[in-house]
Amino acid sequence: MQPLAVKIQMLEIQNVSKSYSGHQALTDVSFKVPEGGIYGLLGPNGAGKTTLIRIINHITAPDSGQILFDGHPLTQKDVVNIGYLPEERGLYKKMKVGEQALFFARLKGMNRNEALRELKKWFEKFEISEWWNKKVEELSKGMAQKIQFIVTVLHNPRLLIFDEPFSGFDPINANLLKEEMLALRDKGTTIIYSTHNMNSVESLCDNITLINKSKNLLSGNVDEIRKEEGKGRFALSFTGSTENLLSAIGDDIISHELIVPEKNVTDGSTQLILKLKPETSFRDIISLANNIVELESFSRALPSMDEIFINAVKNANQNE
Amino acid sequence: MNNTGLIIQREYLERVRKKSFVITTLLMPLFMIILMGAPAMIMLFSTPDHNVIGVVDNSNVVFPQLKGNELYEFIPITGNPQDKVDEGEINGYLIIPSDIEKGSSPVLNLYMNSAIPIELQSSLSTQINNIVETEKLKEYNIQNLPDILDSVKTNVKINEVRLDKEEGESLASNLSFLIGMFMSFLLYMFLIMYGQMVMTSIIEEKNNRVLELIVSSVTPYRLMLGKITGIGLVAVTQIILWGIIMAFISTLFLPAILPDEIVSQMTQMRSGNLDIAQTDNYDMLSALSLLTNVGFIIELFLWLILFLVGGFLLYAAMFAAVGSAVDNIQDASQLQSFILIPIIIALIVSVSIGNAPNSALAVWLSMIPFTSPMVMMSRIPAGISLWQPWVSAIILYVSFGLMVWFAGKIYRIGIFMYGKKPNIKDLIKWARYK
Repeated sequence: MQPLAVKIQMLEIQNVSKSYSGHQALTDVSFKVPEGGIYGLLGPNGAGKTTLIRIINHITAPDSGQILFDGHPLTQKDVVNIGYLPEERGLYKKMKVGEQALFFARLKGMNRNEALRELKKWFEKFEISEWWNKKVEELSKGMAQKIQFIVTVLHNPRLLIFDEPFSGFDPINANLLKEEMLALRDKGTTIIYSTHNMNSVESLCDNITLINKSKNLLSGNVDEIRKEEGKGRFALSFTGSTENLLSAIGDDIISHELIVPEKNVTDGSTQLILKLKPETSFRDIISLANNIVELESFSRALPSMDEIFINAVKNANQNE
Repeated sequence: MNNTGLIIQREYLERVRKKSFVITTLLMPLFMIILMGAPAMIMLFSTPDHNVIGVVDNSNVVFPQLKGNELYEFIPITGNPQDKVDEGEINGYLIIPSDIEKGSSPVLNLYMNSAIPIELQSSLSTQINNIVETEKLKEYNIQNLPDILDSVKTNVKINEVRLDKEEGESLASNLSFLIGMFMSFLLYMFLIMYGQMVMTSIIEEKNNRVLELIVSSVTPYRLMLGKITGIGLVAVTQIILWGIIMAFISTLFLPAILPDEIVSQMTQMRSGNLDIAQTDNYDMLSALSLLTNVGFIIELFLWLILFLVGGFLLYAAMFAAVGSAVDNIQDASQLQSFILIPIIIALIVSVSIGNAPNSALAVWLSMIPFTSPMVMMSRIPAGISLWQPWVSAIILYVSFGLMVWFAGKIYRIGIFMYGKKPNIKDLIKWARYK
């Protein structure tokens, strides 16, 4: 086989729109998911994430636009390469755990023996082998979630889609899940991680797309986005009067009132995060502050994804 | 794609393995046999009480000619009859007035310490009528009266012979009516029971949110088809098991416990050699001979399965559409009534056309797909032209094809609709989506 000259994206969303009666779920959404790594699909509740995931899973079809998988338009056959953990978890309550896991594995195209072997491995790994003959209704919610996770990843799909995977997990199991996700990523699996909870995004995601009110607000590499959003953003540590410093800096220098003063109890220092206007150089600020307070540190402050998320959504809503 | 096969397999195994399925499958035929066979069995094996009836014959004519049998013994009594009843000497008494020969319709009182058996009553009135009539005739002084009376005695029995059936195949019309009703009721039960099973299983899947997982591997249409097929196979399995159990009981078990005399009469009957005038339990014999006639039962059974499957598929598609549209069983009831009404109409019609299986109403309703399975099954035992059930079956299966296509369109939209209680208009709107 000839090596490909151009690296093909694992998944390419091209101008996808979808509306339900009287409700626009997706408006001209485009982004590319590269092979490998964890791709964050972010957005508030009702932004259209689940609709997009359903389109990727071939559950519903877009009104316009298309999805490319490995460079070709997505078909039902590609679905065996996808593992999907829906936000609304679901298993047959009356069915036995093992039988059920086997059923879903075979739906994804595994043969019986292969599925049994893989299942045994996962059940031992999660130390739940004794659940095999239990009915799902006998399990707790967290236990059922584990089964659901196994069912999702069992057939070693190349693309995994997790829709709010951590909801309903206790911290210990959430951590277990996170480790499994990272292990899968290290094995080369591409993961789409959909969430409205930003805490884990920085540590997990390589790239993100932020969807709000059916539109794609922001796409790109997490580090680059943070750098871009963090331009002119600095953290100032000092001892002295915050009021005096702020009045000295004045409104004309700071374009964003992004100030989070934090009293440090042990040494009595204060931290201030400033966003400077593009025309302001930080040397001006240092010399100015130096006269009023005792400076301890001055550094670039990258915004968290949480802040970027809130800001972007806020700006988008204001611009409407 | 073999994914549909997986769906079918899951739906089938899940239900067939249930304890409730095993129990109903085993117990139902026994229950039915008992229900059908109980009266005949009681008649055959019960030894009724021996009753002693005291007769106070004031006419002095009736008693000497009164004949008892193994069930009733008549004895003459004098004195207070009530005392004799109290002492347990007799079970009851009959007082015959001295002027019994005078009036044309005298009334006699029969006193019994328990319910008066109908046979006793009719036997008494027949006997006494004959005795009094003979006595009255004697008064005309006709010569050779006893010989004349013997020679005019006639006993007419009606033997039904069907012109549209070969000899030996004839089936008493009240019996064919009963069998038709029974099968149409069986269909009614199956259509509703298994149709609703499809519906509840879809609602359950929707509530469990398992759907999303499955639909990412199987198209909604295939999922629906798989579900209907799987549950349909359960229905067929059940009815076949019932058939086997019933056939086993009626061919092996029934002849073994029936008295030899009746078995030989049944064999004679089937070969057409039975002298009907010699038998007094003709109805029971024909029923029994039918129950043990394997060929007839198999033929009927095959028709039953053909119409059961067709009817189930048609109705299951409708039940599936309703199930996909609602969130819980309560919401389903209103939409469901649109499905139940034709089934109930079909049952009522099947019962009421029993005596006129070839009336225009019966023929038409046995062709229209919504009522055809049940109405046709109630007509088949009466013996109708063979083309009719075939045409009806073809119409039924074609209608299923159309219905499943329509239901599939509703289903694929309905399963992702939550929180809204749709009406028929919504369903039609969904079906129109591209």
